[in-house]
Amino acid sequence: MTSQWALVVGPGHRHGPESALISAAELFGINVDTITEFRLVHLRGELGADELDRLSRALLIDPVDGWCEPADALEHDDAVVVETGLRPGVTDREGAELVRAAAQLGLPVTAATIGRRWVVTAASLADTDLERLAQRVLHNEVIERWSLGALAPGFVSDQPETPATNHETVLGVDNDALEAISQRRRLGMNLAEMQAVQSHFAELGRNPTDAEVETIAQTWSEHCAHKTFRASITVQNDAGETIDTVDGLLKSYLRKATDTIDAPWVRSAFVDNAGIVAFDDDFDIALKAETHNHPSALEPFGGANTGVGGVVRDIIGVSAKPIAVTDILCFGPSDLDPDELPAGVLHPRRIRDGVIAGVGDYGNKIGVPNIGGAIIYDPAYTTTPLVFAGCIGVLPRDSHPTEPRPGDAIVVLGGAVGRDGVGGATFSSQTMQAETAEVAGSSVQIGDPIVEKGLIDVVMAARDAGLYTAITDCGAGGLSSSIGEMANELGADVDLDLVPRKYPGLAGWETWLSEAQERMVLAAPDPGPILALAERWGIDGSVVGTFSDDGVLRVRQGDETIVDLDCHFLHEGCPRHELVARRQRVTASERTPVALDVVETTLALLAHPTIASKESTVRTYDHEVMGGTLIRPFGGAKGDGAADGAATIPPGTSGKNAMAVGIGVNAVIGGHDAYAMAWHVIDEAVRNAIIAGADPGELSLLDNFAWGNPTDPETLGQIEAACRACHDAALVFNAPFVSGKDSLYNVFVHPDGTPDPVAPTLVITAVGICRAPDNLPLTGVVAPGNEIWLVGPDAAALRGSHLDVVLGHDYGGELPAPEPGALARHQEMAAAIRAGLVASAHDPSEGGIAVAAAEWALAGRCGLDLDLDDDHAVLFGEGPGRYLVEVAPADAGAFAKIVPSARRIGSVTSGDTVRLGAHELSLDAVEQAWKQTP
Amino acid sequence: MTAPRVLIPVALGTNRDGDLAEAFAAAGAAPERVPLQALRAGEARLSDFQILAVPGGFSYGDALGAGRLLGLDLVGWFGEQLHEAHQNEVPMIGICNGFQALVRAGLLPGDQPAVLADNDHGRFECRWVELAPEPGNDSIWLSGLDEPIRCPIAHGEGRFVAEALADVEARNGVAFRYAQDGQRAHGEYPANPNGSAGDVAGVTDPTGRVLGLMPHPENHVFERQDILRGRRTGGQALGLFASAVAAVR
Repeated sequence: MTSQWALVVGPGHRHGPESALISAAELFGINVDTITEFRLVHLRGELGADELDRLSRALLIDPVDGWCEPADALEHDDAVVVETGLRPGVTDREGAELVRAAAQLGLPVTAATIGRRWVVTAASLADTDLERLAQRVLHNEVIERWSLGALAPGFVSDQPETPATNHETVLGVDNDALEAISQRRRLGMNLAEMQAVQSHFAELGRNPTDAEVETIAQTWSEHCAHKTFRASITVQNDAGETIDTVDGLLKSYLRKATDTIDAPWVRSAFVDNAGIVAFDDDFDIALKAETHNHPSALEPFGGANTGVGGVVRDIIGVSAKPIAVTDILCFGPSDLDPDELPAGVLHPRRIRDGVIAGVGDYGNKIGVPNIGGAIIYDPAYTTTPLVFAGCIGVLPRDSHPTEPRPGDAIVVLGGAVGRDGVGGATFSSQTMQAETAEVAGSSVQIGDPIVEKGLIDVVMAARDAGLYTAITDCGAGGLSSSIGEMANELGADVDLDLVPRKYPGLAGWETWLSEAQERMVLAAPDPGPILALAERWGIDGSVVGTFSDDGVLRVRQGDETIVDLDCHFLHEGCPRHELVARRQRVTASERTPVALDVVETTLALLAHPTIASKESTVRTYDHEVMGGTLIRPFGGAKGDGAADGAATIPPGTSGKNAMAVGIGVNAVIGGHDAYAMAWHVIDEAVRNAIIAGADPGELSLLDNFAWGNPTDPETLGQIEAACRACHDAALVFNAPFVSGKDSLYNVFVHPDGTPDPVAPTLVITAVGICRAPDNLPLTGVVAPGNEIWLVGPDAAALRGSHLDVVLGHDYGGELPAPEPGALARHQEMAAAIRAGLVASAHDPSEGGIAVAAAEWALAGRCGLDLDLDDDHAVLFGEGPGRYLVEVAPADAGAFAKIVPSARRIGSVTSGDTVRLGAHELSLDAVEQAWKQTP
Repeated sequence: MTAPRVLIPVALGTNRDGDLAEAFAAAGAAPERVPLQALRAGEARLSDFQILAVPGGFSYGDALGAGRLLGLDLVGWFGEQLHEAHQNEVPMIGICNGFQALVRAGLLPGDQPAVLADNDHGRFECRWVELAPEPGNDSIWLSGLDEPIRCPIAHGEGRFVAEALADVEARNGVAFRYAQDGQRAHGEYPANPNGSAGDVAGVTDPTGRVLGLMPHPENHVFERQDILRGRRTGGQALGLFASAVAAVR
């Protein structure tokens, strides 16, 4: 007889007064003493008492001090109980493993879910506080349920019959009705697009099915089609006069730069899941950076988790083995008063903690090292947090096949399809409001990294055996976009009955559209050997159809054809957008002189959350797995000094070359001048890559744009300026863009209709080849007696600097100016590094030379004695092409010859102070300021 | 002389298999990564190999406690092969998740129940640590190590809890302790990163043939991997792998 049990497993984990959980509660004004967290297990199956006991001992109870009790029998004196669990259908790896393992033991368990029991003690706690604690701190409604006391089990209920396929009436209806369809289905299509659908189906003389409408909406979404970056743009000045036209931002700026440079090391740019560039004579590397902003705002853990999963999948999708991930995160202030939060917005601390846990969970479990990134805090990210995730992979030269052939089987590898993840592409192409969490909850998923790890093993083995003719990943849009893209030139016949599902009852369009993470689609002349490999590595695989040659995408479910779409219309039929951009007016002003205490200001800068040590975060990421890491996020004498860039030797390569990565991002300058900002972050990315050993003669760039609503001319004006700067800087640095991603509509619309757009943000990742890994500079200064040299100008810009951020005011003055001449200094620095003349180097970025010198000295646990003018622009200015360099006295002559623009400014000491001209800081004060957890 | 064959079993979610293979290859062995499904299907047997090395990672996503389900697989599917190998004094090593699995399978510490519990601070943590080989432990795995090694940890469940640690100590079963500049960590964080009693980072079974440890010596077999590259010399862990390889040659 089938029975059901609720069990609590101990010993629990006790969150004491110092814990993040308790302090998160305090932020909401809820004072509790302790929270103890237990595993809560719901089971269903035909188990007798003996069998339940056997199961508990084998699968639930830990040796030494573990126990397991029926949930209703377990009492907690002087405490209150909250229980939380996943919503039915949300990925529950632990529950699924419990069912599998029970079967392995011969115990008939039919369903299992794993939740949490939280036992809360407090001096006094009102019921309303307890509810708020459950809602705001212990659970997230997007993926979880909660209950005071016992939670009902959340098994996936037996679903009704598969819903029938419906048609949307577009023939003969007016514009209002067309727009109403787009709104009701949350398609994100404008009137012109709906009209294009209408006229296409008018020619066919029939209405489209729901699956067809959804397929078109996903394919034409901003997320998939990059409509804004392909739009025809009229550029106006701030008086509204037309001054220019742009025939597509991608074509006129980003891709144009790449075409003009025509770099011999670029193997593939912009056309596939990721860019591919040459690494050495035998191997290429694949590069990609993605954004996952909308989902992370709603469900930070799942959003960031699947953000990493998605970008790793992009790399697998070009037949490369993922070898490194990066993450750049932008959050609102973590100490924000909860009363200032708009309804429907999670607190920045909640978002931060969830995102960081999500990034760490995926990277750690899939076993790809997280080698670098950045975390920025600014009020402009409170309602629109940003999550950028990058991945780099390695593949043997010319090993990525890209031509599916008619007759090839369509093979799907990986996870089964569920209702989660439906509509991800259209959701992420729209603005967000207070209600977005409720209506778009199904667009957010939890990842399952161990399945993706298995996919890597299977795909690499299949690639080496030459078993497939094309491959892509299932991203947003699920099978509709992956098969749709692969069938672009061919056509395909798909039988949805062959697609593995997590549970019955999915409508045809849901199965076809569901993103479901951890899936790859391959075209294979003979699928047998691939399916055998999948079984060997414990990964599910199935054949779901065939590529055809009639140019039609055809999808059947049962006897019904639910999609019958002309591929040409699907991929080329989207009307081109015509947009207006208004150029930002950049005002120049004299800087107002400011009186400040240099020592106190330097310490304040070091303590600013954007600049302060990120050790508490970065330590939760594995940066060592694969054994190739040369420059890790933290280094120095005690392993706690921040590095500028990252370097790693791809596993399986000769070890003679390393890959060097630099990242640039800035939240402040874009508000003044997006052109200057873009140039600034490209220079920063290049500097960081060079300190990590890259040769500036063969850099490749990735762009990630995160902006607001591009139909607003001011916003598009900023984007246009940033793209123009990308083009201009790429040509100067001879560094082509090979891949990129734009995330638009990062706008929160307040209940009163006020739009709250994100800070204009561009992330640049620069990747290069390090040909002398043995000569890499160390992180942090190395030896007392060594000389300190400054490369580049003494003074730099103060407007848009972090000095003004900590002063809390814009004092005017010059913004960092694009400086084409910086290239020469980057080349000289790289030559000096390659020659082994640089003991260590650091990049003056946020906070300028004062902050860089303090961080650098602390990392090496040595003093610094620097002659610097007592001028804010020298101490705190931020600008391009500058380096602080440590050189051994014996190498100084050779260094000065290679870097003629360098100037000696001081030396490393064995003391414990940093002298900045007339000012002196103790290393203790630096450590205290920089290492206080933000 | 042919290189000894090392079996590196791979479960769903195992991820430091490549790292471990690289370390054994550097030590002169012939490592082979074999999925558990293939071992189950009889593609290879443990008796075809001279060393068993269970790698780190997140087997089965750490569901129901790190290493539990892999431990269950080892006992349920390969119990007899393991018993036979143990009888034949085949050296075995479990690192991180592999250690957790060997503890779950009852092979370590081998004389009493034990568990690798949540780190004291409750988080996954990656950092470099110093490991002092225990002088009294005469396991073949330690025979080539005469100085502390440096290597990273990367785990969330690494606090070693044994029912009677004193008994393990008494038989010189502790293999490695967390240390700082050659001295015991004495529970001080971060030198002892997870709060293990007695600073225990690794243990051997009563025969000395089976070693388990939480840190990742396989990630410091080359000088270039050292976090203190250019500041200190030594500290590599290649000797650990070379010791076992030498013992079976």
